[in-house]
Amino acid sequence: MAETTYEPKIVAFLCNWCSYRAADLAGTSRMKYPANIRMVRVMCSGRVDPAFVLRAISKGADGVMIAGCHPGECHYQEQNYKTMRRFEMLKQTLLGFGMEEKRIRLQWASAAEGGVLAQAIRDMVDDIRALGPMNWPGNWAPDPDAEEAILALAEEHAEVMEVAR
Amino acid sequence: MTEKGKLALYWAASCGGCEIAVLGINEKILDVAEAFDIVMWPVAVDAKVKDIEMMDDGSIDVCLFNGAIRTSEQEYMARLMRQKSKVLVAFGSCAVDGGIPALANLSDREAIFETVYGHNPSLDNPEGTRPQTETVTEDGTLHLPIFYNTVRTLAQTVDVDYFLPGCPPEPERIWDAVLAIVKGELPVVGSVIGANTTVCDSCSRTRSEKKISGFKRTWEVIPDPDICLLEQGLVCCGIATRDGCGALCPTVGSPCIGCYGANEGVDDFGARMMSALASVLDSDDPEEIARIIAEGIPDTVGNFYRFSLAGSELRRSALHVSERQPAETV
Repeated sequence: MAETTYEPKIVAFLCNWCSYRAADLAGTSRMKYPANIRMVRVMCSGRVDPAFVLRAISKGADGVMIAGCHPGECHYQEQNYKTMRRFEMLKQTLLGFGMEEKRIRLQWASAAEGGVLAQAIRDMVDDIRALGPMNWPGNWAPDPDAEEAILALAEEHAEVMEVAR
Repeated sequence: MTEKGKLALYWAASCGGCEIAVLGINEKILDVAEAFDIVMWPVAVDAKVKDIEMMDDGSIDVCLFNGAIRTSEQEYMARLMRQKSKVLVAFGSCAVDGGIPALANLSDREAIFETVYGHNPSLDNPEGTRPQTETVTEDGTLHLPIFYNTVRTLAQTVDVDYFLPGCPPEPERIWDAVLAIVKGELPVVGSVIGANTTVCDSCSRTRSEKKISGFKRTWEVIPDPDICLLEQGLVCCGIATRDGCGALCPTVGSPCIGCYGANEGVDDFGARMMSALASVLDSDDPEEIARIIAEGIPDTVGNFYRFSLAGSELRRSALHVSERQPAETV
């Protein structure tokens, strides 16, 4: 079997007006960033419900980035301040779940900052590569012996039933 | 006289309050007994597992199943009740979302055993005995169920037809459900029997869209009787919580703790709480925000997932990476 190197899967939510354009600019300027990032365009970073982040993690993402306009420059005036507060709330909750802090990142990147965004992506991929896979769904996998124990119980009861009948 | 239907109640990982709550419908319990033969009700009826096992599949009309799934024996019973029942109802918050027992998902089996059988102050266990799933004795082998690492909801274990949340469900909601069953007016399979509005909708306190500068713990403040508790800085979960209680707690000055679980359309109770609290907080400085949260909500997970951890997106806290099972295809 060929040896495979670990490639982190990172989900990124980018706002339409700044950060997604920054990603576009990075592309048209031929700046390189790793392909580990899966981008989802949203109208505003304020649209990113914490549930989106939790869903990404529960589906197996190794990290999540939220990117938006710089504070004070939001296309919708002040929604990214909401993002900022939500992000702190989310971060402290995820720390409570025992997740490493570097797996979640809030990045401000204006439409002119293709380089900033590309660098942030490179940094995050490096951080997560160092942390290793997260495999969150593996946290709740069934106990390996459970099925056997349940079937044994059923069998044991079936014997009793034979007598009872 | 038409034949009576068959009703069963079962009790898995829960306190038993749900079984008692059924008696909250008072004398109407006689009407229930008139419509149904009660074939199982651990707190009140002397029925054995054997009696259920001997019944034909699908011969129980309705099973109200309370409690989360924590052991292999509970999973066996969940499967048995599913097999024998036409309609299986997840009854109460533990069955619906994990409830209080699921807060143990912030720990794991080893840590729980270590505390319970190793370090409890009242403990006398010099040999450090731990429960074993198999013990060989002279008279044969004894078995104990497997204690799972992760508490699960009923629906994460077997197919569930209806959900009746609450800790415990209010008598009025139980009666509504009984009536719906008797009249055959049950909603679409998979739905919650109850309200799809929030606790805030029933709360008579005045909201003024006011921002707050910090959160207060309940012991720090005597709340004003007329103003929204959240706007007084208390972490009231009414905004995310399904109604069903008529805002009992906020009405008497105690913040909602979310026992009815997430309202319709809310995927993750905690996520909704995070969003809502972030919206009322009056600060634009990341460091200040972090400080306000750390001081006011020291236990974020406990506050946001008090009754819904097992049913949430993340279900539990992180195990050590090496203990996680290989991921299924995701």
